[in-house]
Amino acid sequence: MDQIFRTYEDKFLKNGLADLGAPLLGLLDARLSWNRNDIACAELERLFEHLNINSLVFSQPAEPYRSIVDYLAETSGGIIFPSDCETRTFLHDLPVSFDFSLESIILALKERKSVIIPGQGIITYGTVSLEQAYVTFSSVCFACFVKFFSDYLYDIKHGKINNRRQNLFDLLVKRLEPAPCFKGSLMEGPFDSEISVYQAIQEAGMLTVEHRLVDSYFGNISFCYNDTLYISQTGSSLDNLQGFIDPCPLDGSSCTAITASSELPAHLKIVKNTGNKAILHGHPRFSVILSMDCDIEKCECKGQCHMKCPYERFVGDIPIVSGEVGSGPYGLCNTVPEAIKGRPGVIVYGHGLFTTGQRDFNQPFENLIKIENHCREEYFNRVRSFGRAGHQP
Amino acid sequence: MYGWCEKIARINLSDQTWSVETVDPEILKKFIGGRGLAGYYLRKRITHHWDDPDMPLLIFTGPLVNTRSPTSGRMTIMSRSPLTGTVGDSSVGGSFGTELKKAGLDGIIITGKSHTLAGIEILNGSIRITDARHLAGRQTGYVHSLLKGKGSRAVIGPAAENGVVFSSIIVDRHFAAGRCGIGRVPASKNIKYITVKGTCKTKIFNALDLKGAREDIFRLAAASPVLLGEFGISRFGTGALYDLMDARRMMPTDNFRKTKFSRASLMNAHAFKKKYAPKKSGCRGCHILCKKITKNRTPMPEFETMSHFSALLENSDIQSVVRANRICNEMGMDTISAAATLACFSEISQKRLAPDEIVSLLVDIGKKRGVGRDLGRGAAAYAKRSGHSDLAMAVKGQELPAYDPRGAYGMALAYATSTRGGCHLRAYPISHEILRKPVATDRFSFKGKARVIKIGEDLNAVADSLTACKFIFFAASLEEYAKIYTAVTGIKTSAQDLFKTGERICYNERMMNAANGFTEKDDDLPDRFFNSPGYKNGNIDIDPIDREAFLKARSDYYAVRKLDKKGMPVPDTARTLGLDVL
Ligand SMILES: [Zn+2]
Ligand SMILES: [Zn+2]
Repeated sequence: MDQIFRTYEDKFLKNGLADLGAPLLGLLDARLSWNRNDIACAELERLFEHLNINSLVFSQPAEPYRSIVDYLAETSGGIIFPSDCETRTFLHDLPVSFDFSLESIILALKERKSVIIPGQGIITYGTVSLEQAYVTFSSVCFACFVKFFSDYLYDIKHGKINNRRQNLFDLLVKRLEPAPCFKGSLMEGPFDSEISVYQAIQEAGMLTVEHRLVDSYFGNISFCYNDTLYISQTGSSLDNLQGFIDPCPLDGSSCTAITASSELPAHLKIVKNTGNKAILHGHPRFSVILSMDCDIEKCECKGQCHMKCPYERFVGDIPIVSGEVGSGPYGLCNTVPEAIKGRPGVIVYGHGLFTTGQRDFNQPFENLIKIENHCREEYFNRVRSFGRAGHQP
Repeated sequence: MYGWCEKIARINLSDQTWSVETVDPEILKKFIGGRGLAGYYLRKRITHHWDDPDMPLLIFTGPLVNTRSPTSGRMTIMSRSPLTGTVGDSSVGGSFGTELKKAGLDGIIITGKSHTLAGIEILNGSIRITDARHLAGRQTGYVHSLLKGKGSRAVIGPAAENGVVFSSIIVDRHFAAGRCGIGRVPASKNIKYITVKGTCKTKIFNALDLKGAREDIFRLAAASPVLLGEFGISRFGTGALYDLMDARRMMPTDNFRKTKFSRASLMNAHAFKKKYAPKKSGCRGCHILCKKITKNRTPMPEFETMSHFSALLENSDIQSVVRANRICNEMGMDTISAAATLACFSEISQKRLAPDEIVSLLVDIGKKRGVGRDLGRGAAAYAKRSGHSDLAMAVKGQELPAYDPRGAYGMALAYATSTRGGCHLRAYPISHEILRKPVATDRFSFKGKARVIKIGEDLNAVADSLTACKFIFFAASLEEYAKIYTAVTGIKTSAQDLFKTGERICYNERMMNAANGFTEKDDDLPDRFFNSPGYKNGNIDIDPIDREAFLKARSDYYAVRKLDKKGMPVPDTARTLGLDVL
């Protein structure tokens, strides 16, 4: 058990989700074990009696998440409704419990995968492993971050920012991590062996996570070599892809890639449509935030722009398209492969960014950073243009 | 009430009477429908012999059936298993469940025994028992054609009439209630077929909420590679799993002596698709449509059938796999048990079966001819009579499906604890151990698996009771289905409330098995899995399972399931779960 706990304590810390010593992790098989002693253990133990779960996380998120989560929770009226794609698809909404009472925590967790207790932290759980609880925790933080900044932009346009929110915004902006920046270079193509393809994918995945261009869980990455698309598996961490890459023959002669990323159909179409070989897909925050800033007030699809926005929108020369995860009628596999032709990248509404390259991951990785930084600048430009100063560090 | 009809029909074949009775709403809330509700009614008679006229044959649907709930067109057929002696049930698709609801019924309970071969025809609220003597010995396809126009049909074939222990019931020509030898129960009651047709609507509580909850599930299904992805089961059928089992080196080969079939790449879903160009089909009310059927109505084999009629028998003739599948359907035999019995025969008699032999042996089994007479007793009984009990790859007498337990330890534990014997569907840990959903778990470890298996069993008990297809839970969870349930029935619930119901249903089954003398000795795997490796190449090794670790996980499971140390039900737990202690 201890080994598993250490792994996840490290992950929380490394990905900036919680401070050292903050996460309380519980795992139940025949017996319940905790990663450390805490006064909350006794109370939380009772959750395992009431819920059919096998793992639990309770932690204060690290800054800036802590302030954001608390603010959104306190001003929510009981449920936070983020509108990014991951939340829409997997979490639906984020219930809040205004005090640490077993009853209200259970009430929330009976229906949803997480509960936020303002000032105290977030509780998440898993039914098969701690990984689930970790992923949910990470998604809650990401969703709240995106929601805070995207709501701010919307409301400042409509003159609805009060002092409390403005102060928090100013504080958060001061505390923002520096914009991602990369001076080195990645493995250079063309690659001459399957082994180098695997290495190149792993390297690009690792760097994408290190530069916080994706929360560690989601995002995907592929490379086409010898008529086979090598693609990260569904639910794999991009910073740990060794053993989690599926080879998928382009002629469809094997279904082994049934465990590949949900976005496999999009990757395949991009390769077929554009002749690009390297594809990178991350969820850089400001690209996601900016994509949801739709100025078309009278859009007939308001509220459904993630599925079918009828308008062409751009940030600079980067198209913003609608599209949901995977292969449904509104799947992004129907929009991204067309839109990315002749462009450095494509942003999917409320979701993330795709970039491509001909030879290796240098160009897509560079573009991932460039587009994200451009979106970040553009975000603060828009904020500034609406009067009250947002100060970018 | 919304969702349910609140009505079940009781049919007594001995005196040819029937009646419709109202079900106590509290019972419906406690057991939902399908497998749960059938189990509630079965328990009262579970200690009877399976062919005792008093032993009921139960056919039950759930509250979500005949509504717009995703993947809800299923039902459960249950009785005491003629094959294992445990609770015996199969969840089956097609449109029988939907028609039953349209006929105004949540379920039917058939008892007694007809003097001559008979049929049961249900049309809305009325039931007719018909003379079916002219159908004696007829194959299922013929009977289906003859009954066209009478709605949905459940039919047994010659195998059941001839006492084959792994007989199935074939619904709407292509959908098998395959496992547990359930087909023998109608045969023992002298029932050849049941048809049902109706015109009622199922009342739902809140159509708008249902629409919203449906969209949530559709969105998750679209995001699921296994369901609707490029290589998912919607495009390739369940056979899509074949390559993956090969890649993970856990495809049972040569009667489970190996776990890698050298010719697998020639026998995969792609090969079937190329040769037969089948079209999408599926259960009523499903948008995944994983069934594959050719233009001339030849069904493609499901994954288990594909795997067992190829790898398990070391057969690389595609056509013979399709023929074997068709013969099993026509004769009314479970494909998994049939193939596994042939593999057991092949090992004991030390001869490789040629493709033609496989096909002709299946016919012999169905017709009770020659060696087929012995093989029709199933692998366990056949092996025992041959003095080689250890060569039957079965749990509680039910032959194992196409996931080698040495390649997924949760699966190993789940095979052992399944209340209907060698079955992968009770806990379905393949979802996380292999398909990475909801997240991946370490397939070569028992760590944490006791509770995970218990949770999986509870989940699938709910799915089988709502009813919904287990496959949708690769993508969705009870969180979304709780919303569906509330929208349909108007009863406030949550994922965790439903889990509690699942726990009750599983415990009820455990109690039925205990009443029939099943103990921890029966919660075990064949020795082979603890003694011999399946595959070795240094890269992926499929080693024998560590017996100590397995036993530890099993006793952890007993603790988690709140059974006693020997795996027997505890009256206190039963009472807490709201079950009667007999
Ligand atoms: Zn994404
Ligand atoms: Zn729009």
